[in-house]
Amino acid sequence: MDNTTRYQRLLERYQNGDLERRSFLGLIGAAGLAYGVQTPFARFASAQEVTQVRFDGWGGIVSEAFREHAFDPYTAATGINVVDGTFGGGDEYLARVRTSQPGEYNIAHLSGVFDYARYHNLGLSVELNEANIPNLGLCIPALSNAFRAISSGTLSCVPYDYGTTGIAYNRAYISDEEAQAQGAGLLINPDYSGKIGGWADWRTRIWYGALQTGQDPNNITDIEAVWDAVRQHRDLALRYWTSGAELMSLLAEEEIHVTEAWSGRIFALQEQGHDIGYIDPPNGFGWQECLFVLAGSPMEACEELLNFMLEPATSIAVAEGQNYPPALDPTQVDLGDKIPTLPAFDPTGTLSGLTFANPEYWNGNEQEWSETFSRVQRGY
Amino acid sequence: MSIEAREARQPWILLSPSLVVITLLLIVPVLFILVYSFWLRTSVGDVQPGFYTDNWQDVLTDRFFRDILLTTLRIAAITTLVCALMGYPAAYFIARAKGNKALLLLLLMLPFWISYIIRTMSWIYILGTNGALNTALQWLGITSEPIQMLYNETTVILGLVHFLLPFMVLNVYVSLDGVDETLEDAAGSLGATKWQSFLQVTLPLSLPGLAAGGLLCFVLGAGTYITPAVLGGPRDAMFANLVFEAIITQLNWPLGAALSLLLLAVLGILVMLYNHFLGMAQLMKGLG
Repeated sequence: MDNTTRYQRLLERYQNGDLERRSFLGLIGAAGLAYGVQTPFARFASAQEVTQVRFDGWGGIVSEAFREHAFDPYTAATGINVVDGTFGGGDEYLARVRTSQPGEYNIAHLSGVFDYARYHNLGLSVELNEANIPNLGLCIPALSNAFRAISSGTLSCVPYDYGTTGIAYNRAYISDEEAQAQGAGLLINPDYSGKIGGWADWRTRIWYGALQTGQDPNNITDIEAVWDAVRQHRDLALRYWTSGAELMSLLAEEEIHVTEAWSGRIFALQEQGHDIGYIDPPNGFGWQECLFVLAGSPMEACEELLNFMLEPATSIAVAEGQNYPPALDPTQVDLGDKIPTLPAFDPTGTLSGLTFANPEYWNGNEQEWSETFSRVQRGY
Repeated sequence: MSIEAREARQPWILLSPSLVVITLLLIVPVLFILVYSFWLRTSVGDVQPGFYTDNWQDVLTDRFFRDILLTTLRIAAITTLVCALMGYPAAYFIARAKGNKALLLLLLMLPFWISYIIRTMSWIYILGTNGALNTALQWLGITSEPIQMLYNETTVILGLVHFLLPFMVLNVYVSLDGVDETLEDAAGSLGATKWQSFLQVTLPLSLPGLAAGGLLCFVLGAGTYITPAVLGGPRDAMFANLVFEAIITQLNWPLGAALSLLLLAVLGILVMLYNHFLGMAQLMKGLG
């Protein structure tokens, strides 16, 4: 944001009555004083000049694809470096952001619409100028609309990819027919006691508890029945996995025979030759990921970088690397040969076949349910 | 300034860099955590400053936290006992070894060159369904099917013993190394058997080292987070895992602050009791 826009916004806030006259004059005065004091040394100052943008993501092949297809071309075109960081999970990253200074972190590859809502509710969102991101027009509108509903029609992110958390099973022990017939009930089938896994994520546990008790995950009417299903699963489960790598290892090493799983990770296992089946039961857990711009970031530089990251060549390379379909609308963009074969891919570009978590509903229950899950997990 | 006054100031001048570091990196952060523990989490995950005792009431009265704390102390106690039983003979062997003590001590220190997380994860490849142990058992014809050994409390204790055993051995070794071997000879010359001289001479003299090793193993074991997270099943958790969940998963920093202070207080009391009855000198020798 340039200084003119900054002062115009300040004036607008004052005129709207959001800022007291004393504060407004004080801020204008301070800005003038700062300008007057720094003038002799202005040619040495570089604080206003954007020299780098920080991006944080999941690392691995995704970061490599970003580096090759987006970051390096972006740096060549703008002269702005992209500092590439990684995180282990959205929760951990949020803790880091909350303890940082505004502007320290700029763009993050976040999961789920509820993460978007959490960041927005904590005052960490911005308002993107979509005119600076023309490639946003190539994305599936349904993905962007889910974010707009949270931030009053504006966007603090661009959608990037989507997938599902369905049920994965080892075909040596569980047939496709049995998996289809039992659906979510497969995860609480006592026949597989000690060979069942699950993600150690309270949302997923409750979502599948709702499916196992015949309830709508976005409108649970009997939460006690859901907790009982979570307890039943806990008692049958060998392990709650905590990362995609652990999920793949548990299935590949046959420590577990059935678990919920991330669609892209199972596709990777299948590519490696493991005979693992994957189904999305009715109302299976659909989710999307986005590139979120954090408050305090250099907006124009970030918007330009987002546009580079949404370039079809970049999006497709990342999607093929992580095995999740990109947010690009398949009716507008040719996605190549591999992406249409990925689990959860929707050729219509409407995503009407996937069920996403209602962020208002889930975030409204977050505190109570996450705390209760912690207890239920430990035998309560 | 008199010589006495200058001499009185000298230790404080020498200590001042350490005191500054301890104040800034330990006392001030703990005070921050203390302040946080009286705040509240808002519905969106932010904090509400103020003076609220809700977190402390929860932490001190809720059966859930008490049970997990007791489980943590029980696991730490079992781990300490196993470390003592396994570590004492190893330390005795090293202390009484002729000529190759340095090599044995080097071997003892070797595990510290590898990351604790990697060492913990190595058990997955030893005890897993297709791991080294199951493969060996089946190859030898002892079992026909893999035995489920991973992801339970026993593997958590095993992982902790693997991590903490060198601390016990080192402390006991330092203590045994200081025991004059001629005392055992003297006991023998007075008619004591080897076993009697060990029980009545060597063991009592090495008890301070055993206690120091026990304290270290217990405190480090009770505060661990990684081992139950990597080797535990769905139910297995220790107190530090609850702190992690409160702060990272639930965004409830005030509750996490109260939980961490409670653990700090419990372990602090233990250290104070140790100091009162045995003193910290032996512990310093073992750490040194």
